[in-house]
Amino acid sequence: MTLHDRLLALDRRWVFGVLALFVIIPLTPMFSNFSVPVTPVKEVREIYDFIEGLKPGDYILLSLDYDPGSLAELHPVAYAMLEQCFAKRLKVITLTLSQTGAQMVEEAVKDVADSCKLYHGFTPERGIDYVYLGYKPYPGLIILGMGMNFRIPFPQDYYGTTLDSIPMMRGIKNYDNVKAVINLSAGNVSDYWVADGNARYGVKLALAMTGVMAADYYPYYQSRQIFGIIGGMKGAAEYESLCKNPGTATEAMKVQVFAHVVIIIFIIIGNLAYFLGRRQTAPTQESR
Amino acid sequence: MKRQIPLVLVFVFGVLLAIQYFVPSEASQRGYEFVLDWITIIGIFAMVLGIWSQIHVGYNKIKHRSEDWQYSVVTLVSMFAMMFFGLSFFGGLHGTIFRLIYNNVFIPIQATIFSLLAFYIASASYRAFRARSAVSTVLLVAALLLMLRVIPTGPLADPINKIGNWMLLVPNLAAKRAILIGVGLGGVATALKIVLGIERSYLGKD
Amino acid sequence: MKYIILLFLTCLTLCLSQAILAQTASLDPPAEAALVPSEPPAPPSNVRVSDLPNDDGHGIQVKWNLSPDDGAGAKSVISYDIYRADTPDAPDSLWKKVGTAVLGIKSYADKGERDAGSRDYLPKHTNLYYRVYAVGAGVRSAAAAAGPVQATDDWFNDMKVPELVFCVVFLILTVRFINMAKKGADLYVRPLAGIEAIDEAIGRATEMGKPILYVLGIGTAGDIATIASFTVLGRVARKVAEYQTSMIVPCIDPVVMTIAQETVKTGYADAGRPDAYKEDSVYYVTSQQFPYVAAVNGTILREKPATNIYLGYFAAESLLLAETGVLAGSIQIAGTDQVSQLPFFVVACDYTLLGEELYAASAYLGREPLLLGTLKAQDYLKAIVLVCMIALLALRVITGADVIRKPFDMPWW
Repeated sequence: MTLHDRLLALDRRWVFGVLALFVIIPLTPMFSNFSVPVTPVKEVREIYDFIEGLKPGDYILLSLDYDPGSLAELHPVAYAMLEQCFAKRLKVITLTLSQTGAQMVEEAVKDVADSCKLYHGFTPERGIDYVYLGYKPYPGLIILGMGMNFRIPFPQDYYGTTLDSIPMMRGIKNYDNVKAVINLSAGNVSDYWVADGNARYGVKLALAMTGVMAADYYPYYQSRQIFGIIGGMKGAAEYESLCKNPGTATEAMKVQVFAHVVIIIFIIIGNLAYFLGRRQTAPTQESR
Repeated sequence: MKRQIPLVLVFVFGVLLAIQYFVPSEASQRGYEFVLDWITIIGIFAMVLGIWSQIHVGYNKIKHRSEDWQYSVVTLVSMFAMMFFGLSFFGGLHGTIFRLIYNNVFIPIQATIFSLLAFYIASASYRAFRARSAVSTVLLVAALLLMLRVIPTGPLADPINKIGNWMLLVPNLAAKRAILIGVGLGGVATALKIVLGIERSYLGKD
Repeated sequence: MKYIILLFLTCLTLCLSQAILAQTASLDPPAEAALVPSEPPAPPSNVRVSDLPNDDGHGIQVKWNLSPDDGAGAKSVISYDIYRADTPDAPDSLWKKVGTAVLGIKSYADKGERDAGSRDYLPKHTNLYYRVYAVGAGVRSAAAAAGPVQATDDWFNDMKVPELVFCVVFLILTVRFINMAKKGADLYVRPLAGIEAIDEAIGRATEMGKPILYVLGIGTAGDIATIASFTVLGRVARKVAEYQTSMIVPCIDPVVMTIAQETVKTGYADAGRPDAYKEDSVYYVTSQQFPYVAAVNGTILREKPATNIYLGYFAAESLLLAETGVLAGSIQIAGTDQVSQLPFFVVACDYTLLGEELYAASAYLGREPLLLGTLKAQDYLKAIVLVCMIALLALRVITGADVIRKPFDMPWW
């Protein structure tokens, strides 16, 4: 077997092994001082600037609709955004439309609220500074229901307290009372937010999503149906840099850089092998 | 009768909800909320069917000792364990054991499966991204440029970023918008076919 | 070897997930503005009230001219408070605050609750009065009552006229083309390689004695892509029954499972082999995306199906499924309306239906006049949209006017 034949028939386990190695290497202490420069793009900055422009007491709805599979890309955004909202003393309504994300989101909100004591000298209180509505199925129906009244799909919060007896929810009826909805999603829930939340109720909407999905939503960004997009790990790192809150996304960018380099090298090797193979086949045909 | 009743129901509710979209009155809104509630209720009943199917298939595999029947044991035991520990006398969804299983088994397993994607992308890229033709070369170059946006490339970072952003905001946007419009129109057509009873494959035979 | 890799990947994910769950933050809380008592601002003028259009009959629109001290004069206006009462001369205690508008804003939509027992109930067909105060720092202006006004139901949302026009045009085109198709007109539909390959793929499975795997995606029964997939499933089931091979249909949704069972059973009955249908061949797995794909991948690796058909709504699991299919050596036909997943299918599958080609599959397979007519109407509507886009774009480029957005922002009467 010639070299190019071997390369073209390369067992995929070699690809997996090399990639795994280059994912681990940047996490070693050797690369602890290596950092990837991150320049926030306009669509990420617009979300940050919008939240920065809100006043204490303004309401914002964070719909954290992702499951543990997308934790790596979206958890950093959730943490950074919740931190920013609490620091600005906004009233944060959180919920999830992801069935398996309910407890994960609850723990994230609690984590950030507890950490505010350490870094900002106050602890946001559940019921006064934030509320967690929990999970309900059928995202389209829930989004439509909330457009009429939050109490239709969520008569109680995640802990069983009726919304009317929660101090911060008194007088808060539907999307008209919130300044914006930020949806963190890894699936098709964003489609429902755009089609039902924004198109039907005129909700001011921004999205944060996994990298693979972000490209799909640029048409909505350009038509201003959404006012910002945070896409994938890179977007999460950009948001962390804007919040001056470097976290796991910033750390994970090192891994992403190495992984991308490995994939690019493999693509180049694959193409070199392909062209070598073609060149060797062509002279054989001519000599006939 | 088995086909007529569902067809009539689909037609009536399809037309009513289409009209409801244009009618903002209180009666229309109340009717819509009523329908939303019933959709949720039907979904819960359907879950019972799903659980029964899971148990039935798993039990048969175990009973007949089909290939890898042991995995069916794991599936059924896991399902019943989560249901059991999620019961309210264990604390329900806030219970200690349920949370323990959720945080230490469920979350890592889900994240693991998703992480396989990175490796599969690498192997698929290696196998499929070949400059076989002009079109595939364009695809290859575009993919490389977008991947390079993430990598610190020193003096090349700015032009690569600009080209990458242009690619996302112009040709990508145009193609996606075209497909979205087509998909939207297709969706309207399919919905119309279902409401009018033209599309009946979901009903089964008389 | 595969177990070592799996173990390794699990450990890696555990490490990464722990790292992700540790977060730090440092932000300073904003300084609060000091309130300084001042002279009350001048009140807003020309307060006018009217029924809120396009609502459920429990809304009032309040408009006013800005206070002279809003952005000019003393510049002491911070916001506007809007109050409501049942009579114009009600005592101050009976005036209920219904909302606040920030400075520079000249209107407020008072959307009340429908239920009489609600805190924010706004009755229909009842005289109501409004006051609008200009609010400064710790002071507010005087305000006169505006009204009476009554909230009434609206029976047509006139902001949705463009959608209505679109639906009517589409219906007209559909009826016209269905009639043409019924009269025998030859409506051309371009070949879809993926659909044409299905017969060949089923034949291959029969020769190899291996089953066919059909995946309906992770959508619910209400998703258009899943519904389109049911049609193809019915035809595939009939072919499978005719060729006397087997099929496996794992489902992620119980409702999808019940419909798929009916569809496959019908396919077998249409082929004259109802007794060959096995109910366990169409089964529910789980409602979760990644557990579902793990189960299906396990099925692919164990059963080694000769043909994998992925038609429906797919998300991140598309490449996981397709690459596992490549490992198993299956022929793969895929189709989805999720644009983000199309590249993965194109790279890993032998045939891919792009976007709306999935919806056209039913018309393509059956060639029934009703289905062909609808498909043609869709194509013509797409042509109309294209012509409108080019025309409006040309108009915008030539004149510079925002003629594209304006018609959709105006109420139509």
